[in-house]
Amino acid sequence: MAVAETISAGRSRVHPAIAWAVLAALVALIAVTPFLPNYYIRVANSLMIYILLGIGLNIVIGYAGLLDLGFVAFYAVGAYTYAMLSSAQLDLHLPLLAILPIAACLGAGMGILLGIPVLRLRGDYLAIVTLGFGEIIRIILNNMDWLTGGPQGIARLDKASVLGVEIARPAEIYGLLVVTVIVAGILVWRLERSILGKAWAAIREDQDAARGVGINTTTAKLAAFATSATIASIAGVIFAASQRFVSPESFTLQESVLIVLMIVIGGIGNILGIVVGAAILILLPEVLREFSEWRVLFLGLLMVVLIILRPAGIVPRSLGPDKLIRGLFGK
Amino acid sequence: MLGTIVQQTFNALTIGAIYALIALGYTMVYGVLRMINFAHSEMFMLGAYAAFMLLAMTVGDVGAAGAFALTLAFFGAILLVGGVGVGIERLAYKPLRKSSRLAPMLSSLGVSLALVAATQIMAGPQPQMFPSFFPVTRYSVMGGTITSVQIGILVAALVLMGGLYVLVNRSRLGVIVRAVSENRPTAQLLGINVNGAISLVFFAGPVLGAAGGILYASYYGIMSPTMGAVVGLKAFTAAILGGIGSIPGAVLGAFILAFVEVGGTALLPLLSGGYLGTEYRDVLAFAILILVLLFRPAGLLGEPVSEESMVYKREF
Repeated sequence: MAVAETISAGRSRVHPAIAWAVLAALVALIAVTPFLPNYYIRVANSLMIYILLGIGLNIVIGYAGLLDLGFVAFYAVGAYTYAMLSSAQLDLHLPLLAILPIAACLGAGMGILLGIPVLRLRGDYLAIVTLGFGEIIRIILNNMDWLTGGPQGIARLDKASVLGVEIARPAEIYGLLVVTVIVAGILVWRLERSILGKAWAAIREDQDAARGVGINTTTAKLAAFATSATIASIAGVIFAASQRFVSPESFTLQESVLIVLMIVIGGIGNILGIVVGAAILILLPEVLREFSEWRVLFLGLLMVVLIILRPAGIVPRSLGPDKLIRGLFGK
Repeated sequence: MLGTIVQQTFNALTIGAIYALIALGYTMVYGVLRMINFAHSEMFMLGAYAAFMLLAMTVGDVGAAGAFALTLAFFGAILLVGGVGVGIERLAYKPLRKSSRLAPMLSSLGVSLALVAATQIMAGPQPQMFPSFFPVTRYSVMGGTITSVQIGILVAALVLMGGLYVLVNRSRLGVIVRAVSENRPTAQLLGINVNGAISLVFFAGPVLGAAGGILYASYYGIMSPTMGAVVGLKAFTAAILGGIGSIPGAVLGAFILAFVEVGGTALLPLLSGGYLGTEYRDVLAFAILILVLLFRPAGLLGEPVSEESMVYKREF
């Protein structure tokens, strides 16, 4: 079914005018944000970190069809890697560019570490084991005081700098995030269209049939876990660098669930959908800030209504970036 | 030493009984709908709040309520929450019965969020004192201390679970629920009222969960709008450990989990020479869950996993 969808999606395209309008609006939004007051830039930064996390988790859930409820653990790995290697905690003060590859490798390693035992599990059992994994990581962060600072976390992290340019103010972090999100988005979108992406789609549709046609499901699944964990870990590094403080509070089960929700509400398996889902779930609470406790009630009810009205998400899978690009270049 | 063992065994049995009451709701819903109902932990919380509210309405001073008022509040609250459960299913899950398996699960997350927020708005976000539903007496058994509250919780939980057992295994309604749980399309073809069975499950689950909430709150003497999250996660873990969808499995899983927790609290610091504190008991619980699933992917008493029901096929 998904294959048929891909083919039909490949033939159709969005009207060029709409595609250009979407592109122009995005570019204008990205260009204008750094000149807004700091509060708005911070909100935009938080939005982009969640988009990055959504892009990562979407690989596992949207592409490979594996429900991961412990995703935030990898985010925590990245954040704590930065916190430990760039603060007085272990008295190490590595630069951001040295930490990024370390965090990426650690993230990928953790992804594979989680992936190996859960290869045999499917569906809900996979969900609960990944959930347990996320909780274990959080409890360890909370209690290994000598390494992680325990519940107080690690404060006073170094200001990040890339090649001598300091990246600490919200506008500078914003620049770093724009670049990272665009690079990750393009890489993952290309990955989905690669042979590995097609293997993921095959596993999602029918694992046994995928194995039957010679797809190495073990490698493909581990690749999905590793790639998504790497992206989460990088998001964690940037998060830690922008907050300059980490604590276990940022890595609860609720965060994992929020990211899953973003993906499902936006439109699963679709990068454009993640942006829409993240915008709703991150920006709405900010807009409704003055209503304090009523906003959570409203958000909960909105979730139910959105899922009932559009169970497959706001942006359909068929309206992927491909269509927009075809609209732009008229192929 | 013997006293400590007796006392800890009773602590584990008490906690296990409460976990079992909640785990049953998760497992029954999963049985009929193949759905993880995240809002179930809020039924636990609502149970305590509903009982408190009913007490406050019938007698002015909640702390001095008599046995009759307490009994009335207990049964009133669990029936009320049962009704809430049925209503939630109608409004938030029923429209999603034909969509992907992820959709009702996330809808239940929204319901859970909304219920916690609504409780916080109506009753305040801070924890509140909760009256004991049993007269507190302490007994000394072989050197350990157990309380009448623990005995009351155990008896109440066993009676409720016995009731569920009779309902599911000995009544006509139970046959219907089991048929729908076994194979929904076939049950429908045979003319069974599938919607009725689902409603019954969404009534019975919250009734037991709410009872668990009242017992839990009167055991610890406190309730809060967020009390469902942690206990709900534990009960859910117990249901998975026992094999989700299996009713005896949920009870077995709950008691195993409770013994691991209590045992872990007592033994972890001892065995690791003080290096691993009691905080790691949850790590131990999850580690055991993961280990069990690796060797028995369907849980201890679960049915072997059928492909069709487990794969998130063509659903995203």
